[in-house]
Amino acid sequence: MTGHSSGRLSPPGALLEVANVAVHFSGLVAIADLNFRVPEGRILSLIGPNGAGKTTAFNVITGFLKPTAGHVLYRGHDLTRLAADKIAGLGVVRTFQRTSIFGGCTVFENVLIGSHLRGRTETWRALLRSARVDAEEQALAGHAREILDFVGLGARSGELAGNLAYGEQRRLGIAIALAADPKLLLLDEPAAGLNPSETEEFMRTVGRIRERGVTILLVEHDMRLVMSISDTVVVLNNGVIIAEGPPEAVQRDPEVIRAYLGQGYKRAAG
Amino acid sequence: MSARIYPWLFVAFLASVPLWIGNQYFLYILTSAGIFIIAAISLNLLLGFTGQLSLGHVAFFGIGAYVAALSTLGFDLEFGSARFVFPRQPVWVGFFAAILVAGGFGLLIGKLAFRVRGAYFVIVTISFAQVMRMIALNWVDLTEGPMALNNIPPLSLWIPGEGVVGFFKKEYNYYLVLVLAVLSYLLVQRIVRSRVGRAMIALRENEPLALSVGVDVTRYLVVATVVSAGMAGMAGALYTHYIRIVDPDVFLFIYTVTMVIMVVTGGKGTLAGPVVGGFIFGALPELLREVASPEVQWILYGIAMIAIVFFLPQGIVPALAARFAARRGPGAKPEPEARAP
Repeated sequence: MTGHSSGRLSPPGALLEVANVAVHFSGLVAIADLNFRVPEGRILSLIGPNGAGKTTAFNVITGFLKPTAGHVLYRGHDLTRLAADKIAGLGVVRTFQRTSIFGGCTVFENVLIGSHLRGRTETWRALLRSARVDAEEQALAGHAREILDFVGLGARSGELAGNLAYGEQRRLGIAIALAADPKLLLLDEPAAGLNPSETEEFMRTVGRIRERGVTILLVEHDMRLVMSISDTVVVLNNGVIIAEGPPEAVQRDPEVIRAYLGQGYKRAAG
Repeated sequence: MSARIYPWLFVAFLASVPLWIGNQYFLYILTSAGIFIIAAISLNLLLGFTGQLSLGHVAFFGIGAYVAALSTLGFDLEFGSARFVFPRQPVWVGFFAAILVAGGFGLLIGKLAFRVRGAYFVIVTISFAQVMRMIALNWVDLTEGPMALNNIPPLSLWIPGEGVVGFFKKEYNYYLVLVLAVLSYLLVQRIVRSRVGRAMIALRENEPLALSVGVDVTRYLVVATVVSAGMAGMAGALYTHYIRIVDPDVFLFIYTVTMVIMVVTGGKGTLAGPVVGGFIFGALPELLREVASPEVQWILYGIAMIAIVFFLPQGIVPALAARFAARRGPGAKPEPEARAP
């Protein structure tokens, strides 16, 4: 077992701390007792077989699900007390496992909606449409264009989001999240369904997102991707952490091989 | 020529109608269609932009109608030995009270609908309209019940050189409704083309995603409900002062259905949709009355509705916008508002 002692994993700059989180769905235990920390500026991956509780953990952290017990601390705030939109306001932004975009809006409008928190205009000001509102709209538009160029969708900004190709929609999902100025970005299986070259490209994008100073919490099944970009890997099985540590250590962990990677090795061997 | 001028040309055309139209009856039809168009514009803000179907929308219209009527007529109520007398108010006091009270009920419904979406929102709004109808029918001391409130004065306005003029003439009412319809249109346009409107559209398109980027969707749903209810209340007040009688039938479900049909056939989520749908389904029944017997009228009305929904499921306006965009070339995009989900 690589690191259940949180000591070696808790550098002073932990941005997020998941402490004793449990989630029960009417008797079914989705998460038994989850504890981990995400250090600032790092990429931490949460892996585990299907049903291990990874997405449930995401839902708890981002306020889409209230845990049965435990706390999620982010810069001194207990996120379990806050609504999802307020958590986004603190800089904790997620993407979704299934492609999630505003399909009836243009690509550009999708990112504008993502920049909602950058704006201040409320109903009265929108009705009066002062110069301040126009200035804000221009600033938001500039920001949206910058984000679209960043994910390589600049040329598609006028297209209806629902008409984009699958890989482009996945990138748009990330653009929407980036538009919300995350400090901590939670990516839920961002590479699902991408072909190898798209995955390659996505890996580079994640690296560039980190360079912007964004801490990343990643849930992903593509092991090559996880092992190559993560600083720390946390392995979940049946709602419990069975290993955590740097990728090389986790890959060698016998319990991980038995519970998770082992199946693949066996299949490959047999 | 900029495309922005076409709506104003259309308004100018409408403004010229009383100058050349001979038959005053057509002016009556256009005025009542205009009142319904305002109601449809207000419904579109909820249905078309936040994506929430309010099937009790006529409640706000009816509340506006009754508040305007009761405040201009005055009323007194007895609670045991206590007597409460509400004196007659000037028509414009009643008019603005109608907007405020209807908007207040919108706030109530918006807050009640805090967590309810989709089918549950529909049920809350239908029930609300039914409760309002029951109150109008049964609180006879206040509303006269089915006997109706009569002799409601028309709106009046101080006009330079003429003094205070009561809006007995059809032209005056026509222009008043035209001005208020244009203002309603512009108000909704300003909202939906702003950060506030984008938040409403985000709720319609994908609520979890909207929440994940920090959009407080409930807050914007409440804003939409209040604005929508206030505007429907204004339409109700116009109706009261125009027809000059109001009875509990103003809360009938069929009026909500009519508004929904106007919005859906015209193109929900487009600014022009409720205007186009409102003209067709506001004026069509009246115009058909000239040429067909009642049964044939309703059959034709039904056929027109089915044909539009069948051939133009997105509504008339998005279909036209797509056609214009195609003609301008593959690079051209339809106007941002000319899209429905």
